[in-house]
Amino acid sequence: MIQLVWLIPLLPLIGFTINGLLNKKMPKAFAGILASSMLAAAFGIAFKIFLEIKDLPGMIPTVKLFDFIHVGSLDIPFSFLVDPLSILMVMIITGVGFLIHVYSMGYMHDDEGFVRFFAYLNLFIFFMLLLVLGSNYVIMFIGWEGVGLCSYLLIGFWFKNQDYNDAAKKAFIMNRVGDLGFLLAISLIFVTFGSVEFTDVFSKAATLEIGIPVVTVITMLLFVGAMGKSAQLPLFTWLPDAMAGPTPVSALIHAATMVTAGIYMIARSNILYTLSPVTSSIVAMVGIATAIFAATIGLAQNDIKKVLAYSTVSQLGYMFLALGVGAYTGALFHVMTHAFFKALLFLGAGSVIHGMGGEQDLRKMGGLRKALPITFYTFAIGTVAIAGIPPLSGFFSKDEILAHAFAASPLFWALGVIGALMTAFYMFRLFFLTFFGEFRGTNAQEHHLHESPTSMTLPLIVLAVLSVVAGYANFPEIFGGKHYLQTYLAPVFAASVAKAPAQHLSHQTELMLMAVSVVCVLVSILVAYNTYISKKVVPEAEEANLSPLHKLIYNKYYVDEMYDALIVKPLYALSRVGHQFIEIGLIDNIVNSLGKIALFKGRIFNKLQTGHTTFYLFIMVLGIISILAYSLIVKL
Amino acid sequence: MDSVIKIIPLNYYLMLSAAIFCIGIVGVLTRRNAIIIFMSVELMLNAVNLLLAAFSSYSGDANGQVFVFFIMAVAAAEVAVGLAIIVMMYRNTGSVDIDLLNKLKN
Repeated sequence: MIQLVWLIPLLPLIGFTINGLLNKKMPKAFAGILASSMLAAAFGIAFKIFLEIKDLPGMIPTVKLFDFIHVGSLDIPFSFLVDPLSILMVMIITGVGFLIHVYSMGYMHDDEGFVRFFAYLNLFIFFMLLLVLGSNYVIMFIGWEGVGLCSYLLIGFWFKNQDYNDAAKKAFIMNRVGDLGFLLAISLIFVTFGSVEFTDVFSKAATLEIGIPVVTVITMLLFVGAMGKSAQLPLFTWLPDAMAGPTPVSALIHAATMVTAGIYMIARSNILYTLSPVTSSIVAMVGIATAIFAATIGLAQNDIKKVLAYSTVSQLGYMFLALGVGAYTGALFHVMTHAFFKALLFLGAGSVIHGMGGEQDLRKMGGLRKALPITFYTFAIGTVAIAGIPPLSGFFSKDEILAHAFAASPLFWALGVIGALMTAFYMFRLFFLTFFGEFRGTNAQEHHLHESPTSMTLPLIVLAVLSVVAGYANFPEIFGGKHYLQTYLAPVFAASVAKAPAQHLSHQTELMLMAVSVVCVLVSILVAYNTYISKKVVPEAEEANLSPLHKLIYNKYYVDEMYDALIVKPLYALSRVGHQFIEIGLIDNIVNSLGKIALFKGRIFNKLQTGHTTFYLFIMVLGIISILAYSLIVKL
Repeated sequence: MDSVIKIIPLNYYLMLSAAIFCIGIVGVLTRRNAIIIFMSVELMLNAVNLLLAAFSSYSGDANGQVFVFFIMAVAAAEVAVGLAIIVMMYRNTGSVDIDLLNKLKN
């Protein structure tokens, strides 16, 4: 079965080709089923491979398809690496992807771009699978760019709206900044290690000393790439704007899969990061800073999807914190649980938006629990999971990250708990405002309210179940757990563990840390309950007077405005100067004067063209005579 | 046939064909009627034919006469094309004056 791994990315590509080429001619019902079944089949194969490799520790098979680039010493095969890490990611992508495809069949049902939507989704899955399965950095980069493209296409899916187009462009351009770092890192890896193949690079890296400058540069450049794709400070502003896309896209690309590509990439290159403690601590600092920064913004947003978007940025920050402190398994554990509960939350939000007829403003919702019971219960599970209340999955993954953060530095832990506390607050604020209290929308909206169709509620239920049980994949030892995930992923991180053994906390400390964070979260939920249910506070209208701090957060710390003033405006000014002086002044002048010279010369010789045939004939005869005369003279 | 041609000395042929050729050139250069120009061109071609025939029989080499036939064939083709052009020209301008054909100027 392992040899058949190439089928996994091929299936979505086939789905994309059929849906993409037939487009309007494709019957709607069939397009969705085709796209979803491709993913179901891919998931089936991935699961089969998972069962096979989980009992083969230490063996990392590479499946080579063909030579991609072969020039001089540069040898890049088009091959797939089948190891625990890639298969875990493949299962998350195809599994969650399948559920979201099914959901989309209901959500996008009335959209005229239905078939195009599924074509894009399948193309996205194809590139994402290429990203995680590629056995070298170049294949990974192809997938990396491909998912960026699909993200652009799907954010701007409703391309008739200029704001959505701008959001798509913003995402694409910001990602390019990161991509440049990734590209430089690949070149530097090739120069340093003489190969871009993962197995070669990592086996060579494992023999190096800790703290070599070139490795630090490589890891920093890779991290710049990860910052762009995974929306970390300072390249995070595209992700909240990316919510312009349809909600299933936000769930699939901008919460569950694509944005975790940066985490996957760093986890894949874990040995390089272990070799460079400087970068690792920068990763951890950027991660925790992003986690706090985004969480504070999330506290004051009124758009249901925007809150979830900032929450995603914040959770990604936690994952980077985990990577930075060397808890690679913890990071991937959180990737997995986050994929489940954040996809659930986004899809639940989609169900709410669907029921409200396109309304996304929290201030116009309220009391929806009666109208949308399934959405309400599943959303409640998602909210509790992300808030980190035991025994749901979010608690275990977040706790594992926090425990490792404590081992690295208690400050990281403290900040992490503050972040978790804010997470609980804004999530419950969202939850209470949406589902409790009185309905605050218009009468028409109240009549329109309805529970979503089965194709939408079924994925919600499945994801809710997964959000509850996923925590047991890496159940902590203190509760008698076995750390399945850690054992499973151990071969991938073996070299790193050998270089820098993980610090273990005593069980008392770990229990105490858990208790503190759970108590903090519970208090935070109580505050939210008190504010939004007991006092029935509804966020103020936009024009209302907010306190300075509230205003600062509400306006997202003016980061967009700052980027606009610092980067966009100067760039425009520079472009204008370039246009005025270089384009018009220099290049246009050169080109125009060349034309003028030709015209001027033409005017001179123009006089020879009298237009009289006899004159031409006369010149011709004269010419022949002079040629003859010349040859005669030369002969003499 | 050779003997008939050789009755007249070669110099005479040379002078005759040079004269015919010059008449052709002058005709082409001075006349404005397209048909006359055309006839003058034919004169030039035939002057060359005459010379080729004379030279070939004086040097005892038949190749020259082969060329004469060749030139005749080409001239026939040329006549067909040239007359067609002149007919078209007449249809469009109502005249065969080549000085009318200066439309490309400006």
